[in-house]
Amino acid sequence: MALRKLLVLVDRSLLYLSTLCYFAAFARTILLLRARVFQRTMFNFTMIVFGFALQTGFLWLRGRADGRCPITNLFEVLIFLAWSIALFYLVIGSAYRLSLMGAFTAPLVFLVQGIALLSPIDSMRAGLVRPNGWLEMHASISMLAYGAFALACVAGAMYLVQERQLKTHALGSIYYHLPPLPTLFAALQRLLWIGFVLYTFGLVSGFLTGEPLPVFKMIFAGIIWLVYGALLFAPRARAIAPRRIAAFSVFAFAAALSLLWSIEFVARRA
Amino acid sequence: MNLFCLGLNYRTASIEVRERYAGTADTAAALRSAGCEEFLLLSTCNRVEIYVGAKSAPSVSDLIRSLSADDQPAAPDAFYTHEGVGCARHLFRVVSGLESMVVGETEILGQAKRAYESARAHGQAGPLLHRLCQRAFRVAKQVRTKTHITRGSVSVGSVAVDLAEKIFGDLRGRKVLVLGAGEASEKTLRALAARGVSDLRVSNRSPERAEQLAAALEGIAVPFGQWIDQCREIDILISSTAAETAFLRRDLLEPYLAERSDRPLFIIDIAVPRNVAAEVNAVEGVYLYDIDSLQTIANEAVELRRQQFVLAEEIIDDHVTDFAGKLRAAGSRERSSLNSANLSPAWPAPGS
Repeated sequence: MALRKLLVLVDRSLLYLSTLCYFAAFARTILLLRARVFQRTMFNFTMIVFGFALQTGFLWLRGRADGRCPITNLFEVLIFLAWSIALFYLVIGSAYRLSLMGAFTAPLVFLVQGIALLSPIDSMRAGLVRPNGWLEMHASISMLAYGAFALACVAGAMYLVQERQLKTHALGSIYYHLPPLPTLFAALQRLLWIGFVLYTFGLVSGFLTGEPLPVFKMIFAGIIWLVYGALLFAPRARAIAPRRIAAFSVFAFAAALSLLWSIEFVARRA
Repeated sequence: MNLFCLGLNYRTASIEVRERYAGTADTAAALRSAGCEEFLLLSTCNRVEIYVGAKSAPSVSDLIRSLSADDQPAAPDAFYTHEGVGCARHLFRVVSGLESMVVGETEILGQAKRAYESARAHGQAGPLLHRLCQRAFRVAKQVRTKTHITRGSVSVGSVAVDLAEKIFGDLRGRKVLVLGAGEASEKTLRALAARGVSDLRVSNRSPERAEQLAAALEGIAVPFGQWIDQCREIDILISSTAAETAFLRRDLLEPYLAERSDRPLFIIDIAVPRNVAAEVNAVEGVYLYDIDSLQTIANEAVELRRQQFVLAEEIIDDHVTDFAGKLRAAGSRERSSLNSANLSPAWPAPGS
């Protein structure tokens, strides 16, 4: 128990440093945008890499302390989510040459991580949790899916910003750094697909955990699955314009995050 | 060994003069016989310049004669010269786009790189020009990345093309309809064609003019009465008719847009008075730009580039100082003649 308390002290310090890194990237972007001299530099990317490394350190220490994948309370869920967002940015952002995505990703990770650190939700368990391979897989895959949805939300926000600039003719300094609309929309769809496939896999693995399945959790999960499924198939049916898909992907993630919070909160209270 | 530069550009000479001094097949041999140990010829549509590395200053008239087949140079006053550090500063400014007709344009860097590669391949560029050019390319890169001097487009046509690329990404395969075959629309159409647009359609009240422009751009002419039907499938509409009222209204366009599903439509209205009602921009998926909004964007880019000029000059100053120091150090090791005495422009200007 003493070792665990020590680990908690150390791992929270890593998390504070990580949050600072994301804040630095976010603050710098805001300052440059306000001065209308936004310029792509390695600063954002470097800060996100450092922030990600520190998050990974935190999760590793927590995993050691928990004796399993560290998604045992709402605090750890949010940190794992923030880590997933950064992971997808580092993998997808560079693949699509969307380096500016870092400017949008950093504030989101900072927000999620900041809320987690400020809220009294890091409840400690008396001992190690009984390992359950399927449960860990279900939780971790679902969180990775949320990470992909978060980045789809970021791509959606970028699309909306660029579309708005083009529509209103008010081309700010960020206009020159944002990719063309089709590139942003392609990245958005790719992220939605990745998130949807992972979420489906996470959903199926939930049935294999051998644990009792709360009805409200299943309903919420089903709603999220249906919403993202509709977002993915609507463009194929040419039912919704890309701008609306982008807007829905932002709203869908905000709703999914709220539901995730509610599910975990209710589950921990129950 | 010292550096010398002689040249003329769009500011000092007309195109006729620049054409006369663009260099000949014998230029290299003439420069060798004029005592130039190293040399590089930078010849573009806006400038002709020779960069020379030599132990002693070559004769200005020999250099001028090397550029032309004419025995009697016609316009010695059109030439300018630079020596030593001044020569380095001039090249740094040229490759950074500060000396270009359109400030900040980047094409000159590619042209300078090709000129250097050619000089190196033919054994004309030695260690001194190598050092100068490598530094110049570094300076250009730094100016481009650390300032916004290359940002935005400064002409209405290129602003329209940039916007089209932001809306559609790749322009290849996009369909464009030009309504009114005037000079302005032709320029914009040509700018789009240069970026890969190949499906060009022209509609004009006078069918002959439509046929003429369509033939010139390898496009097709569309009867004027049928232009609105094209709105079902085109991606870009350029309008520049002499109509006195805005004939393309929202209620006219919307039925055709319903058949386009989610494909955007970019409308460039360069007519005065405007051909397209402003309310059309409110339609989802339609991006309408009139001549004023395009001109405003171009003017903002010009102003931004002007503001960035000072920053670019500061970067160049730093490099010139550093480059001069390195050359002095190298010169003292190699007993070079490049010292503080010849950093001042002592080389006679043409005509003096």
